[in-house]
Amino acid sequence: MADPAGAHEDRKPGVKVREHTPDRDPDFPEAAPEALLAELRAILPPGSLITDEELLRPYECDGLSAYRRLPLAVALPEDEAQVVAILRACHRAGVPIVPRGAGTGLSAGSMPHPQGVLLSLAKLNRILHLDPVARVAVVQTGVRNLAISEAALPHGLYYAPDPSSQIACTIGGNVAENAGGVHCLKYGLTVHNVLRIRVVTIEGDILELGSHALDAPGYDLLALFIGSEGLLGVVTEVTVRLSPKPQTAQCIMASFDDVRKAGEAVAAVIAAGSIPSGLEMMDQGVTAAVEPFVNAGYDLDAVAILLCESDGTPQEVAEEIARMRAVLERSGATGIRVSRNEVERIRFWAGRKAAFPSAGRISPDYYCMDGTIPRKRLGDMLTAIRAMEKTYGLRCINVFHAGDGNLHPLILYDANVPGQLERTEAFGAEILRLSVSLGGTITGEHGVGFEKLNAMCEQFTSDELKAFHGIKRAFDPQGLLNPIKAIPSLHRCAEMGRMHVHRGELKFPELERL
Amino acid sequence: MSIEAFRERILKRTPLCIRSGGSKDFYGGSLAGELLDVSAHRGIVTYEPTELVVTARAATPLAELGSALAERGQWLAFEPPSFQGAATLGGALAAGLSGPGRASYGAMRDFVLGAKVLDGEGRVLTFGGQVMKNVAGFDVSRLMAGSLGTLGLILEVSIKVLPLPVAQATLRFQLPLDQALETMNHWAGRPLPITATAWEGQRLLVRLAGAEAAVRDACGTLGGERVPDGEAADYWVALRDQRHPFFAGDAPLWRLSLPSTATPLDLPGDTLIEWGGAQRWLRGDPDPVALRERARRAGGHATLFRGGDRATGVFTPLPAPLAVIHRRLKAVFDPHGVFNPGRLLPDL
Repeated sequence: MADPAGAHEDRKPGVKVREHTPDRDPDFPEAAPEALLAELRAILPPGSLITDEELLRPYECDGLSAYRRLPLAVALPEDEAQVVAILRACHRAGVPIVPRGAGTGLSAGSMPHPQGVLLSLAKLNRILHLDPVARVAVVQTGVRNLAISEAALPHGLYYAPDPSSQIACTIGGNVAENAGGVHCLKYGLTVHNVLRIRVVTIEGDILELGSHALDAPGYDLLALFIGSEGLLGVVTEVTVRLSPKPQTAQCIMASFDDVRKAGEAVAAVIAAGSIPSGLEMMDQGVTAAVEPFVNAGYDLDAVAILLCESDGTPQEVAEEIARMRAVLERSGATGIRVSRNEVERIRFWAGRKAAFPSAGRISPDYYCMDGTIPRKRLGDMLTAIRAMEKTYGLRCINVFHAGDGNLHPLILYDANVPGQLERTEAFGAEILRLSVSLGGTITGEHGVGFEKLNAMCEQFTSDELKAFHGIKRAFDPQGLLNPIKAIPSLHRCAEMGRMHVHRGELKFPELERL
Repeated sequence: MSIEAFRERILKRTPLCIRSGGSKDFYGGSLAGELLDVSAHRGIVTYEPTELVVTARAATPLAELGSALAERGQWLAFEPPSFQGAATLGGALAAGLSGPGRASYGAMRDFVLGAKVLDGEGRVLTFGGQVMKNVAGFDVSRLMAGSLGTLGLILEVSIKVLPLPVAQATLRFQLPLDQALETMNHWAGRPLPITATAWEGQRLLVRLAGAEAAVRDACGTLGGERVPDGEAADYWVALRDQRHPFFAGDAPLWRLSLPSTATPLDLPGDTLIEWGGAQRWLRGDPDPVALRERARRAGGHATLFRGGDRATGVFTPLPAPLAVIHRRLKAVFDPHGVFNPGRLLPDL
């Protein structure tokens, strides 16, 4: 989990793995359909259908390596026509398909299905067209997020959403997850920066959602599709909007002796009329973990550190930094430093960007949570997490996209110690329940995947889940695309046994209880 | 009317025409079904300026909402049109329309964070929430934007707000159409604080907004003639609400949504261009089929926005596979065809 892109390399032998999925799913064909595999082999170039167990291993999980399954086969198509043919073949055979980009996801959204084909889109990796005047790039689904910005850079443009895995993650995966990044408070999420996608349905039809204009007739299926976690169709091509690269950026690093004060400072910055291009918080556990590795010069006595960035023209940045600095001082910051140059600004950020890998260095394993809460409840949440550390006997360090309320508690554990993984999961589940009850959500940007199916039962009523199932069926009537992900079945929620009251009503009243 | 009363009407399974302020009666397919007046379901539920989010009942007038936000130095940056002044938040979401700032700040669909709706079985469903980042479940609240009320009765909307810009300025340039298009696209690719553009009658207007220094510098960089602030503010509001003289009279009003770089279509009739070239208004009575084909070839679509012969459908018809999905989605939320029949598509 420490390094999603390298998740498979750093996995320890003998690590305990969750076995939540049934080995065989009665909804799908029991036996390996030899006829289907032969058909797929005929569709694909030589060597592009993997069935050998050793070669399947690298695909058994995504960035959340605690959840693993071997697929029936891995298909590596090279173009859209092959994707269409694969989907049609699987559709005819009634065999599930799990799409996968770079496999950097953190919610087991592309964990294979044991009776299904894993569809790797990594070979669809060409930038088809970049128009600097229209400020759009048309790219295949497997193009890496950062590769788009690199291609646009000579024109003074870039692709704004920058998830921390951007060096490896693909644009198709970003669409599936509605990926964000540290700059999304000002520049938006994937849904705000994608104009059009080409999608292959499970039946092999091609849909174009959105357009190179700013809207399209009919329902906004583009918005519905973004963040749909591979349940509705397979994206083959994406048109992204490119933004002008800001001329300059400057960052304030402010120390606080109290997390509540830091949280209130975030609110005060917003109330004063600023939308910083980045607004991040790290607690003491994180600064202590990262400082030995990055030497960012963090104030290790501070209980919390805020990074507050402005970008734009030099004059604009100077004006905004002065305004934000005054607000932070009034909010009780115990120390303030403003980056004097680009080297220093990047050093300020180095620790934030190294937070996950550093957690991996100080602890054998860590579990990253992704709840979002209203910013004003940050103090409540962090206080509650302190108490949970004692309850579960585990440490938790916290990084926080403070500007948009998205919290990433990192629970530190050792999977080789019996019982720690179970305690970690219970700890995480409690954080997510609290996120919902504080008025937030169980996932801000990592997706539900397989990981948070149970937590979905906390956030939605059975009627709402039924609507989600209806949407799924509108695109995929047989439920072949990424089954048992993102939307839990009503039975799963009932079987969780948590008969709590949600928004004043008993959940799942239509199901019998045993 | 209470939610219970709405539910009773829905459960009768008689087609309903959902209406509040009626500011957009002219828009979309003709009104059909029994009138369901939701205008009493109004008022701000919660407003948290430091969370940048407001939640209000659907029939809250945009004017009322705008005043509450302005008191705290905030606004709806996508500038939903009020037209004749009676527009509501729920109507704005249902219509999905955005004003002059759309190309810079985003559209209605970009700002909606959550929605509470009554579905066609009378069930209250809540999607999204009050936080900026939320990827739990399908994004149904954004799907409501532009659905013209065909998927459910919108009860409550949570929407992102932004701080009002510290400084604004509007510049005017004398430019023919082709040069104006080229200029708008060129400037949009540079880090300039442009928040709106409009071209009509050989004149290009450019609105700048942001930090004092950013606006001042951009005025220096771009040149042109500075429009007095009061006149500029009136201009952009009039444009948003279609009270600008271009929109007067009975000639059919077409809206062409095109890639911003599309070459001028050179159609008979007056043209007004917004959104850096991406929204082009046309006054005239062209052949709808030919117009739509030209818009399609240019990479966009054409809508008969107001007036004209509306019998054959006002929106561009959908390709067959998309139409199938539309019908299935409609059936999920409104299985008995109660909500706003025919308003979005003739058979929906």
